[in-house]
Amino acid sequence: MGRGNRPVVKGDKAIRFWDIAVVIGVFAVVMQIVPLLVWAERRISALIQDRVGPNRVGPFGLFQPLADAIKLLFKEDVIPDGADRFLFVLAPALAFFPAAMTATVIPFGAPMLIGGEMLQLQVCRGNVGMMLFMALTGLSVYGIAFGGWASNNKYAMLGSLRASAQVLSYEIAMGIALVSVFMTSQSVDLNTIVADQTGTWMGFVPKWNVLKQPLAFVIFFIAAFAETNRLPFDLAECEAELVGGYHTEYSSMKFSLFFLAEYAAMFSSCCMITTLFLGGWSFPGMPAGETGKLFSLLTVAVFFTKVAVLLFFFIVVRWTLPRFRFDQLMHLGWKTLIPLGLANIAATGVAAQL
Amino acid sequence: MSAATPVVAGKGTLGTRTMKLNIGPQHPATHGTLHLECEVDGEVIVDVIPHIGFLHTGFEKLAEYRSYNQFITLSDRLNYMSSLNNNIGFAMAVEELLGIEITPRCRVLRVIMAELGRIGDHALSIGLQAMDLGAFSIMLWTFVEREKLYDIFEAVTGGRLTTSWTRIGGLSRDVPDDFVPAVKKFVDYFPGVVDEIEKMLNRNRIFLKRTIGVGALSKQDAISHGLTGPLLRACGVAYDIRRANPYLGYEKYDFDVPTAPDGDVYSRYKVRIAELRQSLRILEQAMENIPSGPVTALDTKFALPDKFSIYNDMEALIHHFKLIMHGHGFKPQAGEIYSSTEGPNGELGWFIVSDGTRNPYRLRCRPPSFINYTAMPKMVRGQMISDLVAVMSSINVIAGELDR
Amino acid sequence: MRYDYVGVLIYLVLAVGFVLIGMTAQRFVSKFLRTNKPSAAKLSPYECGEEPVGGTSIRFNIRFYVMALVFIVFDVEIVLLFPWARVFTELYPYYRMTLFWDMLIFVGILALGLAYIWAKGDLEWVKTFRKHLSPAEKVARTPSKKEAV
Repeated sequence: MGRGNRPVVKGDKAIRFWDIAVVIGVFAVVMQIVPLLVWAERRISALIQDRVGPNRVGPFGLFQPLADAIKLLFKEDVIPDGADRFLFVLAPALAFFPAAMTATVIPFGAPMLIGGEMLQLQVCRGNVGMMLFMALTGLSVYGIAFGGWASNNKYAMLGSLRASAQVLSYEIAMGIALVSVFMTSQSVDLNTIVADQTGTWMGFVPKWNVLKQPLAFVIFFIAAFAETNRLPFDLAECEAELVGGYHTEYSSMKFSLFFLAEYAAMFSSCCMITTLFLGGWSFPGMPAGETGKLFSLLTVAVFFTKVAVLLFFFIVVRWTLPRFRFDQLMHLGWKTLIPLGLANIAATGVAAQL
Repeated sequence: MSAATPVVAGKGTLGTRTMKLNIGPQHPATHGTLHLECEVDGEVIVDVIPHIGFLHTGFEKLAEYRSYNQFITLSDRLNYMSSLNNNIGFAMAVEELLGIEITPRCRVLRVIMAELGRIGDHALSIGLQAMDLGAFSIMLWTFVEREKLYDIFEAVTGGRLTTSWTRIGGLSRDVPDDFVPAVKKFVDYFPGVVDEIEKMLNRNRIFLKRTIGVGALSKQDAISHGLTGPLLRACGVAYDIRRANPYLGYEKYDFDVPTAPDGDVYSRYKVRIAELRQSLRILEQAMENIPSGPVTALDTKFALPDKFSIYNDMEALIHHFKLIMHGHGFKPQAGEIYSSTEGPNGELGWFIVSDGTRNPYRLRCRPPSFINYTAMPKMVRGQMISDLVAVMSSINVIAGELDR
Repeated sequence: MRYDYVGVLIYLVLAVGFVLIGMTAQRFVSKFLRTNKPSAAKLSPYECGEEPVGGTSIRFNIRFYVMALVFIVFDVEIVLLFPWARVFTELYPYYRMTLFWDMLIFVGILALGLAYIWAKGDLEWVKTFRKHLSPAEKVARTPSKKEAV
């Protein structure tokens, strides 16, 4: 398996300029992908709905999110009466951090030989990045829960209660799906999981985990929708029932932080699905052990192509499906995904013994 | 927490309590302005008290100070999603009061426009239902189709939403030359749209889960609440005024009265979809031979002469003057009449009392939304907040019609 | 190894900085540009334009807490499964089988627990769902699953 020929050089080297550049780069990418995503969502939804979509601000309306951000910044900031002011202000930040931080564990491309040393295109070099990922996913509920509770608003409170129960439930399904992936790749290190997915069967079928663990992929994918509060699981904010859900009372910058968090979480989830199931930055027919700069950038491009396909799917689903009712959502999580995931673990275990 | 909130679970002081939750008047799910005062236990609705009257226009009272032709404009504002059906229903009621026989061409044109209005209303209702369940795109798809219908309405009546199309004894004007091809094009094109909507929803597991068994009402309840229209037919009662008490020659058209067995939100959706197809069937038959001739009854004591002859014919101008000018107008005999038509939401009835003057002595409308809305608490009790939204859009409450 | 997570720290600092700058900018800089006219009606909690009756901090339905408890059990299970998933094929065959069966029994017990709460009805989100219905309404709410026309 892949653990032996791991292409990553690690050592007790001090943190270097290029490492910091990667950190800043990843942060910049996450922050820049959000407006792009918002724009893409609006354009694609317009395409689905026989509309034109935003096309006035900048070329193809690309600067529309920027205009929205400026508008939001200039909006009046209202903290309702009876709100818990401290938590009310803290909640958007708490929602934003985990969503943005999830991207730290993702290996965005093949390691690059720069200045005579290997540079990993990943912020978190530790081999238990997945633990960090799970922890951050769990933390993401706090922002929503606090925000809804602190608003002193009934819709917001119902939304936050829904969100807490939903995120918690689907986190289990997600974790169980992850366990079977770890069993297949025999590692909890994302770099190793990617390395494990290189190569092909019969010359053209890539050895991706989606083919080795299809059930885990489906479970993880559904759970990712639920974790990011996207339709059909957007019960925490479903506008038809709870007006705005947990962010009903939020305005201005605080609202935009929630907004950022939602899209950042969507991006991170898609990155995670790509890394775990779709071979990450690898592609079929890839030369082994290549460390050139151009090659590395090519793998980054491959990675983002895969992520873009997933994001497109996320957006299309959002604009075509109706949403679940709350009990049905819990039903799906607890009675379908979790037993299926447990069975999948057992099956994977048995298969590994053979 | 008020002392009046009852304890619903557990004993003593440790029980959970219900919460009062207002849905509306400013809520995304209350299309128009409705107010539902809900008592929820967790997310389960213990009780609902609907409050109405936010869009009260008082047009029943206004009618007492207007002549019959003037009131047609007000009837647009009733169920503004299908103003044509209101126009036609009201004109028919007054014609019955006056004893006017309308021309064959007028009858067929009224049938065509009434069915187009019904298609518009049902399409929108299905779209809104999908939207309230979260499928936003379907609502916009139906909006696009409605715009195409509105183009036809505009060509025929001059207005898109508020059509004010009929006149007592006929129509405001004859249809334009390209009316028949335009409607034919729509009739050919629209089944594809219905298929598309069905493709999106019929086998969608989430949609089925959200609608089957939700807001179900038994046959007995439906009848005792006086429900009509798609809601009643979704409870398995094949009652359609076009069949039960035909008007405008509906008895000559071959169409089915679709029913569904369960009386839940899904049945209502199915009935509405089936009715779209039936309306298309009626349209096809009606389009086959539209009689030629005038659209307005020749009895000019009641019916308005057409504009061309007003400008060119002295006698017509005098008639026009006698019908239109203030202090003039026809006077029906004293008496009262109840006339009803099948509106998109159900039985749209008009009760008119005439005291022999130019204005009605009393006018009362039987609005289908209002009667249908009375069964709302029964439908949602014991269901979740999400179901409330689904039920509300399946009733298709139009606030203008509800509050009058 | 020592520096493996320094990147995460830097990243966190960036994120915190972004939020702080944003919040501060919004609080102080754009104060001169944005409107700030609070009124009693504007500051009251939004409830569709009606006066809210009763507060939000009430004793809420117990189901949420039950779900949280069940969650903790399963989350701990997953945490225990992670290291196992990493090493279970690497040991000598004898231990490997033991470890495998041990974990299978562990997961089996938890699955039993899941089955128990499932059978007990605690996974039904709304246990009180039909409590408020009259018998006639209960009959009406049971769909016949027949196709409509």
